[in-house]
Amino acid sequence: MENLGSLAILMAFCVALYATLASVIGRVRRKPFLMESGRRAVYAVWALVTIASAVLVHALLTGDFRFAYVAEHSNNALPVLYKFAAWWSGQEGSLLFWMWLLSTYTAVVVFTNRRRHRDMMPWVIGVLTTIEVFFLMLNNFVANPFKLLANEGLIVKVADGNGLSPVLQYPAMAIHPPMLYLGYVGFAVPFAFAMGSLITRQPGDSWIHTTRRWTLVTWLFQGTGVMLGAAWAYHVLGWGGYWGWDPVENASLLPWLSGTAFLHSVMMQEKKGMMKVWNMVLISTTFFLCILGTSMTRGGLVQSVHAFAQSEIGKYFVTFLALGLAATTYLILDRLDYLKSEAQLESVISRESSFLFNNLILLASCFAVLWGTLFPKISQAISGDQISLDADWYNRLMVPIGLFLLFLTGVGPLFAWRRTSTDRLRRNFQWPGIAAFALVVVLYAAGIHEPYPLISFGFCLFVALTVIVEFYKGANSIAGRTGMNLLRAAVELTHRNTRRYGGYLVHMGIVLIFIGFTGHAFNQSEVKEMSQGDTMRIGRYELRMASLEQGENPNYMWYRGIFQISKDGHSIGTLQPEKRLFKASKESTSEVAIRERPNEDLYVNFGGMSDDGQRAVIQAFVNPLVFWVWMGGLVLIGGTLICLVPSKVKMQYARTQVAGIAKQHVDLRAEQ
Amino acid sequence: MRKYGKFAALIVVVIGTLVWLAFAGSGDSKTYYKSIAELSQMGDRAYGTRLRVGGDVAPGSIQHVDGKVLFTLKQDTRTLLVAYSGIDPLPDTFRDGAQALADGKMDRDGTFHASKISAKCASKYEAKPQGLPSGQPSVHSGKPSV
Repeated sequence: MENLGSLAILMAFCVALYATLASVIGRVRRKPFLMESGRRAVYAVWALVTIASAVLVHALLTGDFRFAYVAEHSNNALPVLYKFAAWWSGQEGSLLFWMWLLSTYTAVVVFTNRRRHRDMMPWVIGVLTTIEVFFLMLNNFVANPFKLLANEGLIVKVADGNGLSPVLQYPAMAIHPPMLYLGYVGFAVPFAFAMGSLITRQPGDSWIHTTRRWTLVTWLFQGTGVMLGAAWAYHVLGWGGYWGWDPVENASLLPWLSGTAFLHSVMMQEKKGMMKVWNMVLISTTFFLCILGTSMTRGGLVQSVHAFAQSEIGKYFVTFLALGLAATTYLILDRLDYLKSEAQLESVISRESSFLFNNLILLASCFAVLWGTLFPKISQAISGDQISLDADWYNRLMVPIGLFLLFLTGVGPLFAWRRTSTDRLRRNFQWPGIAAFALVVVLYAAGIHEPYPLISFGFCLFVALTVIVEFYKGANSIAGRTGMNLLRAAVELTHRNTRRYGGYLVHMGIVLIFIGFTGHAFNQSEVKEMSQGDTMRIGRYELRMASLEQGENPNYMWYRGIFQISKDGHSIGTLQPEKRLFKASKESTSEVAIRERPNEDLYVNFGGMSDDGQRAVIQAFVNPLVFWVWMGGLVLIGGTLICLVPSKVKMQYARTQVAGIAKQHVDLRAEQ
Repeated sequence: MRKYGKFAALIVVVIGTLVWLAFAGSGDSKTYYKSIAELSQMGDRAYGTRLRVGGDVAPGSIQHVDGKVLFTLKQDTRTLLVAYSGIDPLPDTFRDGAQALADGKMDRDGTFHASKISAKCASKYEAKPQGLPSGQPSVHSGKPSV
């Protein structure tokens, strides 16, 4: 079986190389049969990579421990879900999974565009298959998943494998990599179309229209992947938080930030023909950040909790990045004439301006996170010392950035194109502004004096009100004309313009997430060594350890604390945090006990046993408003899905269409 | 280009504020990465700066004494004695042979006083140095041979 797998990926490598050459040469020399052959080669690559993946998955599911990869990442007792998920839980398998997703996406792109964009498609295919060639090169020659275990020339099979670390045996963690990969790989498609559009000197925006839904879905997967990682960190790791600004966490966030900027700036190009160069730069940046993210998780670049050792594979990615960036930069600079803007910025109080600042601040945040993540390498280049920056540094920058972004989220959609009149400003912002200010006053009087939380809550209310008013105005108008009730009218309103109202819902999700983030400013924590009968106080809660139990089963030893919780004197139930020490891997997991409520979470972690083995080290946290981070994430997903639904009414707006580009001055006046 | 003046001014204000936030007070946020070998070469500079040292936990070296955790970090042939007395419990993946990072300061008695310990993430995206599971066999690619 391993030979079938090895052969399949080797053939895939050759065929992908052929596909690149056939598509590009066929297009340059205008040979239709070569181009068709290139398209078919794409399907062949998909078939071959699928065969190779099937071989690996089969080996994982049947526990074929002759394979080094299977022995490393699976074991007999592992539940089937995690045996399957072992496909992407290790270096070689995850690179094959990446490749499988890329080959699937490429095949889908070829199939859905088989009768369209005939001018561009061979280049689009060429870009995608070049990326395929790179990953297949890694699959074959650098990180081959089909290696066998051998001892002095003879193949051996171990009785059982190492298996998956117990701390990762959690459903959210099983799908976290696939979600992120669907994001990382997905951005290759709009990138390829952008490059195809540049190479063929298209003056129009067809590449944006074609890839709009694709980009939105990819962005959704990426965001979901980031959320899942945070949810896992919070519910499983036991340190009480959900984001540590670790380099690998940052790697997944970077393309999401630039992707968000891109989603907004393409609206500028579609509606006003502006920011064309910028969009090219943004989509390229997003794609290369995906490659950077993929490589950072595999180590070599920066030290992090996820990747300590120097890894061989880093240098291949860096080379690929360098070559890709050079080629893309050359192409954009060479085609600048075709990317001239069709309109100008007129007023600071305009929608164009708010898009500009939206992009500016998102890219600033992207750059800040990138700077912080790569700082050890940068400082090493400058001073010879590797210096790392901690979470406080990131938060010091990201909090003001986030607040500014939140502000833009409220005012941007309500600014007019070109210039907003003072009258309109007053109409749209007077009442939300007054309400937000009133809230700030009330909160201040209630005892909250820190500036950032006050500003945050104020902006959250401001944005929420502007969104609600938008829905209300539109629904009211429809209800008045059709006699529907307000709720049905709101649904009808959304259906008529899913992009706009879906977008408003996404913004609402962001508001909820920010409410969750702001709660962090009020977190409380306590640590105490406790024995049976002891109590711990935190916030309004009292935790009494009713019993401290321990036990054992074939897999692990466990310690459990059974706590009776009371709040303000009333009993509200029990929490039972547990610590498990796994015998085979000698690793431990915390089964965190969390009482999750919309206003605050009570989070209790069994840290371990004290030195004398008599008492338990218990950590308790009160995390206000965390619930809204997860709720906001769900609203964000829902809003994005609504954006993807086709609108009932196709929006028509007047737009100049670029007819052509002249490189010399052409005098169009009639003779005089 | 007068109208761009306002935009330029606003952009400068925004970026300027961010740059200022990034550099002001970043001194407290800096931690120097050092390998054990580099640490021994630092001499007097090692004392008093926040450092982060990485290595493998030497098997059998983990001891719990007086509310502190003592262990030895090993890298190539060099070793470093680490004392951790923080209140946070040790990470779940911290055990014999695990790769670990210790954040803290070097003490004149030769012990590294860590305020934070991180142990390597449980996922195995990294190729292990020897590249094989707990058994003895070496990795062999492709063909069976008898």
